Amino acid sequence: MDKNELKAFIAKRVAKELKDGDVVNLGIGLPTMVANYIPEGMNIFLQSENGFIGLGPAPEPGKEDMRIVNAGGQPVTILPGGAFFDSATSFTIIRGGHVDITVLGALQVDEKGNLANWMIPGKMVPGMGGAMDLVTGAKKVIIAMEHTAKGAPKILKECTLPLTAAHQVDMIITEMGVMEVTEKGIVLKEINPEFTIEDVKNSTEAELIIAEDLKEMEI
Amino acid sequence: MNKLVSIDEAVDMIKDGMTIMVGGFLGCGNPHKIIDKLVEKNVKDLTLICNDSSFPDYGVGKLVVNHQIKKLIASHVGTNPETGRQMNAGEMEVVLVPQGTLAEQVRAGGAGLGGILTPTGVGTVIEEGKEKITVDGVEYLLEKPLKADVALIAGQKVDKFGNIVYFGATRNFNTIMATAAETVIVEASEIVEVGDLDPNDVVTPGIFVDYIVDGGAN
Repeated sequence: MDKNELKAFIAKRVAKELKDGDVVNLGIGLPTMVANYIPEGMNIFLQSENGFIGLGPAPEPGKEDMRIVNAGGQPVTILPGGAFFDSATSFTIIRGGHVDITVLGALQVDEKGNLANWMIPGKMVPGMGGAMDLVTGAKKVIIAMEHTAKGAPKILKECTLPLTAAHQVDMIITEMGVMEVTEKGIVLKEINPEFTIEDVKNSTEAELIIAEDLKEMEI
Repeated sequence: MNKLVSIDEAVDMIKDGMTIMVGGFLGCGNPHKIIDKLVEKNVKDLTLICNDSSFPDYGVGKLVVNHQIKKLIASHVGTNPETGRQMNAGEMEVVLVPQGTLAEQVRAGGAGLGGILTPTGVGTVIEEGKEKITVDGVEYLLEKPLKADVALIAGQKVDKFGNIVYFGATRNFNTIMATAAETVIVEASEIVEVGDLDPNDVVTPGIFVDYIVDGGAN
């Protein structure tokens, strides 16, 4: 798989976690691609933390309105039935447990469900934006990312970078498989048949528990 | 009571060293004409409270590029490389705050609250130096209110009393910042007569607004 196929593969598998009626917030980058794979006929309410619900696709060229942008500042549209609100209401939705699923990328994630995705000291300090609130408040936190950073494990025993939130990650979906964060550790629930269990273990620093009913990853 | 002022008169109220709040999210909902005038008049040593530092050539980002900000309180600075450069060079102090916390700090400032308790940031570097309070077994951080000398906000339709109707995603921090500063100046895309707005549509009541500037269509 090339880089784009790989990202699309992960995004498609994430989309299978969505249920009709869910309020969902997608992070920038790979997580945004999940919107492309929402099954036809399923009602998903995409929340944009800059202040609306009912996030629609990019407008046709020439119809951009800079007063309607997504959390990355890009022109978007709002779907029928959507609503605009201010940042206090937006984070009432986010922090108050009214978001069913948030999908985010990670620099590191560990077996205690800790997530680091907002800074690399001395190198990259973009700020956390709404990520800390999202990870703290959403009912389910899904990390969607490539399994390693050019071969270096990102799923660790313990995060070494500054945390975005402690003990909040529920699920990790990569090109290698689907993992759940449990009290006992990270459980491999599904595996991409292109890889062996040994491959996955070698790309993961955290102790990997193999589910008794390990399934093939389907998209 | 005449609240209408020129952009020059409005910006003359902002003095070197003041703390200002500016509504907007990556430039969307920034009062662009007022910001351009602030750049022109080169008001210095400002403490800026804003969601982000936008882009180098759009909205509040221009104030950073022009070295007018001494201290920035924001949730995100990644879209303006100049912010990172000034931060790393020690030319500007940057305080990064989770976005939801920033919104509630501003809201608390305007609502007369002594602070807010949030679970966001517990177990991270954000909790350093802050009081932790446990309520019914859950840990929260005490985050203090934020206030400013001047709030610069943007509205779509504004009547001459200062009642504001917004458009699209421009509300963001504008509604809460309108409550949290000594002096509140709104840049209106369109100014209408008192009575022209349906009170059912008004989001920010005019009592919060001190001055109105004609921004024209942005």
